[in-house]
Amino acid sequence: MLDHLAYEAPKPKVIAGATGDWELVIGLEVHAQVASKAKLFSGASTTFGAEPNSNVAFVDAAMPGMLPVINEGCVALAVKTGLGLKAEINLFSAFDRKNYFYPDLPQGYQISQLYHPIVGEGEVIVDMGPGVARRVRIERIHLEQDAGKSIHDMDPHMSFVDLNRTGVALMEIVSRPDIRGPEEAAAYVGKLRQILRYLGTCDGNMQNGNLRADVNVSVCRPGDYEKYQETQDFSHLGTRCEIKNMNSMRFIQQAIEYEARRQIAILEDGGSVDQETRLFDPDKGETRTMRSKEEAHDYRYFPCPDLLPLEIEQGWVDDIAATLPELPDEKKARFVNDFGMTEYDADVLTAEAENAAYFEAVAEGRDGKLAANWVINELFGRLKREDHGITESPVNPAQLGGILDLIAKGDISGKIAKDLFEIVYTEGGDPAEIVEARGMKQVTDTGAIETAVEQVIADNPAQVEKAKQNPKLAGWFVGQVMKATGGKANPKAVNEIVAAKLGL
Amino acid sequence: MSDLNNLTIAEARDKLRAGDTTAVELTEACLSAIDAADALGAFVHKTPEIALERAKAADARIQAGDAPAMCGIPVGIKDLFCTKGVASQAASGILEGFKPEYESTVSQKLADDGAVMLGKLNMDEFAMGSSNETSVYGNAVNPWRRGNDDAALTPGGSSGGSASAVAADLCLAATGTDTGGSIRQPAAFTGIVGLKPTYGRCSRWGIVAFASSLDQAGPMTKTVRDAAIMGTAMMGHDPKDSTSADLPVPDFEAMLTGDIKGKKIGIPAEYRMDGMPEEIEKLWHDGAEMLKDAGAEIVDITLPHTKYALPAYYVVAPAEASSNLARYDGVRYGHRAKLAQGDGIVQMYEKTRAEGFGPEVKRRVMIGTYVLSAGFYDAYYNRARKVRALIKKDFEDVFAAGVDAILTPATPSAAFGLGEMADADPVQMYLNDVFTVTVNLAGLPGISVPAGLDKQGLPLGLQLIGRPWEEGDLLNTAYALEAAAGFVSKPVKWW
Repeated sequence: MLDHLAYEAPKPKVIAGATGDWELVIGLEVHAQVASKAKLFSGASTTFGAEPNSNVAFVDAAMPGMLPVINEGCVALAVKTGLGLKAEINLFSAFDRKNYFYPDLPQGYQISQLYHPIVGEGEVIVDMGPGVARRVRIERIHLEQDAGKSIHDMDPHMSFVDLNRTGVALMEIVSRPDIRGPEEAAAYVGKLRQILRYLGTCDGNMQNGNLRADVNVSVCRPGDYEKYQETQDFSHLGTRCEIKNMNSMRFIQQAIEYEARRQIAILEDGGSVDQETRLFDPDKGETRTMRSKEEAHDYRYFPCPDLLPLEIEQGWVDDIAATLPELPDEKKARFVNDFGMTEYDADVLTAEAENAAYFEAVAEGRDGKLAANWVINELFGRLKREDHGITESPVNPAQLGGILDLIAKGDISGKIAKDLFEIVYTEGGDPAEIVEARGMKQVTDTGAIETAVEQVIADNPAQVEKAKQNPKLAGWFVGQVMKATGGKANPKAVNEIVAAKLGL
Repeated sequence: MSDLNNLTIAEARDKLRAGDTTAVELTEACLSAIDAADALGAFVHKTPEIALERAKAADARIQAGDAPAMCGIPVGIKDLFCTKGVASQAASGILEGFKPEYESTVSQKLADDGAVMLGKLNMDEFAMGSSNETSVYGNAVNPWRRGNDDAALTPGGSSGGSASAVAADLCLAATGTDTGGSIRQPAAFTGIVGLKPTYGRCSRWGIVAFASSLDQAGPMTKTVRDAAIMGTAMMGHDPKDSTSADLPVPDFEAMLTGDIKGKKIGIPAEYRMDGMPEEIEKLWHDGAEMLKDAGAEIVDITLPHTKYALPAYYVVAPAEASSNLARYDGVRYGHRAKLAQGDGIVQMYEKTRAEGFGPEVKRRVMIGTYVLSAGFYDAYYNRARKVRALIKKDFEDVFAAGVDAILTPATPSAAFGLGEMADADPVQMYLNDVFTVTVNLAGLPGISVPAGLDKQGLPLGLQLIGRPWEEGDLLNTAYALEAAAGFVSKPVKWW
């Protein structure tokens, strides 16, 4: 079966300058917090929002003589992530120290994986609309420790440090510079987030900082990027700037847009872009210098002597591979192929694994297209009005499926079904019982319908004459019959009988 | 009995088990010896209350018949070991007032066996030094003197306080740590036994790190038998140290047969240094003869990369140290400099570290920072790593050829005078490690055994280097050497 649907690459974003067109080249380093209850090298908890400095083991606080011990669970989740991104898993990896001084970095170094990352090359297919997607190559994923938090605005004279986050496991997912516009960059982060959430390896909560991105942006002339792709020679590309630590897709787009235009303005003025690290200021919508190349840290990376190289076995990797869920691309392709739905609908239904699971439970043994319509339009629409997610839905798949069954059996019309859905949504209960108890059942008894039709014909002889001249007026009779039966008459049957009785 | 402190571990154990003495008596004897020996500068934090409490508990255990070999044995602990609630400063000003809330695995294992901690022992700051002169507490002094000369001599370093205390019978034994020779060199300078186990034998958890890939704890004792007893108690797998080996630790004492017939002892040509004192040369030769007389086969071997060991060591060790010592920043514990108006975090780091670290530590942090910096990493650190691999291979080749142990001098000289090296190039001091660093670089076990006295009456040691994880066999060879050398001299008490 196809892993994904056929697609074409989107056009790169082009910015027209005074001296001609410019294109964007973007690569991302996404830091995803590993969904582990304990830290990467200590047993301390990773719970968000705990009292400051309450989730801190001796090793997290870098007390003298304390040593890191690798958390196997974090390694398993990194491997699972690698497998989910169709990446090479390195059975041999190793940890290095990245040395720099900062109060929220108690050891004076971050333990990371520079020389031998645990995951090698992979890919992410970034959907940009039906039939359009960008294949973004993943260069590597490595495991590393997060830093703590420095708080400078609580006291006029002092700074405070919270070490709760110190030592929490991060996966740094590094892409190749394959992204060609701000929307693609945001969509890439969105797709990555979706995959990580499917895998259960990162909760993707950007607000809490559990998923954040450093964005590398450069600009080049049309044609240069293709030369880079042919040769993998970076000299065809412009000088890049890195925008640090963004935790919103909107800011990522704004920052890239601003940064590209800033660089173009410099280049068109005859200047040159300095390679540097920049920060995005969301209030002003600008990026500004954080560190110039001269101020760049010399991290003095070297292998961490407290940890042995990480050697894992293929069998262990295979066991993890066996636990992989169906991923978004495959699921979407299957929904399109098996249920005959549009790519758009498949996208909506597969956005979250829970949504897809809900849909599949409803669609099981029923008309898939009808199920998709009801889940997307009625259920999602209703949930959205109250800003609820699928997990908060008061209607479970069995209930929604029950409503669809009543429609299929002809017990209720589509219109009645919507009323019934609202009742089930607000009051709960079994749809079939509600229909029975409240007399909502559609009348399909042709005898009763015939009586009703005959009555309407008898009461309206003038209309009958008109209808014989103009058959479109039959609809009026249908409406009258529906009214007389309280909407419960089967519309199809009414239509047929009206037509027959009027001799149309 | 006021001379209980003169006992060896084995003797004391037997007396304790026989009911001839008690742990409390032993401990009290040591505590009085310690109080009378402030001139040696060996103990820097005394813990008599803890000692007596543990001694009482040990006596109860001995009476109950549940007494491991170390039960009731009074020992000193090097200041590099974190000891719960007791000052643990690595002899540095930067850890001023630091009392950990945890106990190092090694000192905990000793405590679990009933050993009695008498206090913390002097050392070179962060274990960086070969003379105990870099300590924030001041010098530890060698109980030995040259003939009638009362000039104070170094006990060696970095475990100088441990060596001095054991040699002067202030305790029955002490813990040491060895990164480039810090157990073996002071043991040789003070006429005691010092064992550096295979890297990974003793847990490093709770020991203040100097150079993590080289650091290893070990026993410093009066006899080889004691080293076997105490070594067994200190070693063992620790899941809290990823570099700790998950291997069983045999009862080393039971392996001391003294029978080394047919053992192949290698004499490495490269350890015959230019300008080596004749006495050292002779001691080495005599040592080989003794082992031969005991039935061993003496073979000439070659360890071709030896000459690169010292430079490689002085790249790798400072590199790791520069990173390991970054945590001493004044933010969370230990010394923090008083700041001036307007000082920020950078000034806090700079002033704290400038005040808290001594000159030798600063020198090594700077060397380490330099060799790891961009543009120099390959020329220094990476090259040193390659040299290290070659040195390791030298040993592997020799062992693969059937050599059981290697005999070398422990030090290039006897103990020198405190202050004598003050104006010398620091490299002169580093040369003290010339015979010992190879063992750390290769991660092998090594032991220093007192083997004779020089013309001035100072002890000299020989080093035996063994196969990885075969401390038992190494101790047995050392046991035979010890018996043959018959070293029984003690320093004349002047303190």
